[in-house]
Amino acid sequence: MGFISKYRRHRFAGPLLLLAGLLIVGFGYTVAQAASEEIALTSSDKATLIAEGKEIFARGCSSCHGLNAEGAGIAPSLIGVGAASVDFQVATGRMPMADMSQQAMRKEPLYNEEETAALAAYVASLAPGPAAVTNEELAWERNGDTAEGGELFRNNCAMCHNLAGQGGALTQGKYAPTVMGVEPRHIYEAMLTGPQAMPVFSEATITPEEKLSIIKWIKHAESEPALGGAALGRVGPVTEGLLAWTLGLGLLIGVAVWLTTKAR
Amino acid sequence: MSARERVAGQVANYVDERTGAAKWLKKTVTKVFPDHWSFMLGEIVLYSFIILLLSGTFLTFWFDPSMREVEYEGSYEPLSGLKMSAAYASTLHISFDVRGGLLMRQIHHWAALIFMAAMVAHLMRVFFTGAFRKPREFNWIIGVGLLTLGIVEGFLGYSLPDDLLSGTGIRIAEAIIQAIPVVGSYLSYFAFGGAFPGEMFIQRIYVVHILLLPGIFLALITAHLMLVWYQKHTQYPGPGRTEKNVVGYPLMPVYMAKAGGFFFIVFGVTAFLGAVASINPIWIYGPYTPGQIGAGSQPDWYMGWLDGLVRMSPPIETHAFGHTISWNILIPGLIIPGIIFTGMALYPFIESWMTGDKREHHLLDRPRNAPNRTALGAMSITFMLVTLINGGNDLLATHFDLSINQIMWFSRIGVILLPPLVFVITKRICLSLQRADRELVLHGRETGRLVMLPHGEFIEVHEPLSPQRAFTLASHEQPAAIEPVLADDNGVRNPKGAKAKLQARLSRAHSEQVAKPTTKEILEIEDHH
Repeated sequence: MGFISKYRRHRFAGPLLLLAGLLIVGFGYTVAQAASEEIALTSSDKATLIAEGKEIFARGCSSCHGLNAEGAGIAPSLIGVGAASVDFQVATGRMPMADMSQQAMRKEPLYNEEETAALAAYVASLAPGPAAVTNEELAWERNGDTAEGGELFRNNCAMCHNLAGQGGALTQGKYAPTVMGVEPRHIYEAMLTGPQAMPVFSEATITPEEKLSIIKWIKHAESEPALGGAALGRVGPVTEGLLAWTLGLGLLIGVAVWLTTKAR
Repeated sequence: MSARERVAGQVANYVDERTGAAKWLKKTVTKVFPDHWSFMLGEIVLYSFIILLLSGTFLTFWFDPSMREVEYEGSYEPLSGLKMSAAYASTLHISFDVRGGLLMRQIHHWAALIFMAAMVAHLMRVFFTGAFRKPREFNWIIGVGLLTLGIVEGFLGYSLPDDLLSGTGIRIAEAIIQAIPVVGSYLSYFAFGGAFPGEMFIQRIYVVHILLLPGIFLALITAHLMLVWYQKHTQYPGPGRTEKNVVGYPLMPVYMAKAGGFFFIVFGVTAFLGAVASINPIWIYGPYTPGQIGAGSQPDWYMGWLDGLVRMSPPIETHAFGHTISWNILIPGLIIPGIIFTGMALYPFIESWMTGDKREHHLLDRPRNAPNRTALGAMSITFMLVTLINGGNDLLATHFDLSINQIMWFSRIGVILLPPLVFVITKRICLSLQRADRELVLHGRETGRLVMLPHGEFIEVHEPLSPQRAFTLASHEQPAAIEPVLADDNGVRNPKGAKAKLQARLSRAHSEQVAKPTTKEILEIEDHH
């Protein structure tokens, strides 16, 4: 106890206690958040894909979308949305939704690749719709053009997804998510199906080749090293201003305090 | 006398006989400056300005201020073959094909942000310590002028690369010009040489950015510093410091060494930021075309409050006599900034009128000893912070999972409610700090040591303050409020009675204080012990 009574009135005691408190709360919260669960399901045979998809659908989706995917008050009909839509929504973890909030969030997918394929096959069997694509089918590295993709992105996507593709806010808590770190096939399917608040960019509006260019530009932006140093989130002047005030002016004021300290 | 000393003496004599510099130097090098970290904030501004001049000059060697359309053929692959203005292409050239070009661009931009940040910090120091009081009112006004020009200069510099982000900023500036009733559209055509974006504005703002405004800056900074020199620097209260002296270090060698060293440190910090942190990566944003726009477009921080004001204004327009008046742009874009900057420039005169204090002040106030002023300052900062936060509302929404509508409503209500609330809270905090000072002076510092007296009573041992510290805490003035003169001795009503009443009311608010300990009280306590 001697230590505490000796130092409790030290001028750093307050700030240190505060720091310790913040660290404990922060770590505690992170640990509590990480307690997620993983559901493993058995893989299946291609021949029974649709049947299995129907079974998964009945178990995981029908409570909102209806037993025959006909839709209900809280969720739309899935008849005719096609495999592309299912692949995008399920494989990016957006469906099943975590909660009925403004918009389905991207998260760890609940179903693995086979289960997603089964679900997609089942929904595609209800009525024709846009087909799912695979990363291998999209020859964006060969057929895309980065500069053209950039122009297309700035013309069609940047007003919601930000000039650097970092995402942006929409009204009432909805948002356009970042396009960084998204599978090429999901970018393609998103343009094709227009999930959530996003409009549909059909093959007539933006041709398949142009879509590949957009993917190429996004993939380039994603892998581009931070050319000028730390990228600061690539969100522009807000973080730059924050850094100028905190690190820049903070350092300089620190030096000014040091320069004017009386020699002891 | 050694040979070297003799030669040095002869050289000095030769120069002195022709320039008469010795007398001037003798006076100058012994000039005393007080020492406090907060007095160096203005120096950061000055040094950042020098860094801006040097790095800016470097950039002019390659920058092509032209809106002539070119096809990009430089080394940044993802833009190759695109049509863009020569201004944008040359900025890319500086960034990727000129040795050290990107570093210089980043140093220039970081220096600009620090320049403005330090200027605001310096302004806050001057405001909260009352350094703007007589005789320094003119210098305060020069400072407000420098701040205003700094915002304009920074905005023009941010616009020069002609990238998609800065073009969006220019577009908003055009909207603000157009919002001026009746003449707005004419002014816009005049400024842009035709319909937006035209083919002129990069050339025009370039000349203003590198010639006109830096020239005015140099003149104003010189005037600012000459006034500081002539009026002498203010100082914090303390033993031996009066309204008639300056306690500190002589210019040579102490202050010169400190200031000279500090310049290199400011340069170092700016260069460090330029080297490790990316700023305004225009190659990601792409070239400007009026048809494109990006989510999350923000101006640099010193314009952020203005953007926030425009973002939060409700959509109100009136149509009268064939003209549209866009109140939603006019009020936040022109009228409120006009009120803010005019009020700021006039504040020394307003305060002098409120307090009736027309004397000279060279000793600074501790902020707590001027509760009303401190509360006013905190109130203004709160207003600015709320608007600044709303300026980044889209980024706050995406990064903290909030609704942009809720942030906007928070800002709309907060910008009206929070400043008065902060005023009241700050004033109370100041008064309670005064009370704490009073306790300290009267009873000394609580040591935390408990002692049991022989009869069983516990007391905490208080340690008396040093006389110097006690003096510092209790040396300030506490002027009484002025009484309104409603009628003269003969009972004739004062025709300016209402004004006098208002003045007295404000003066009363301004002189609300916790009475500092009197000499009598201190002596009584000392007897008691």
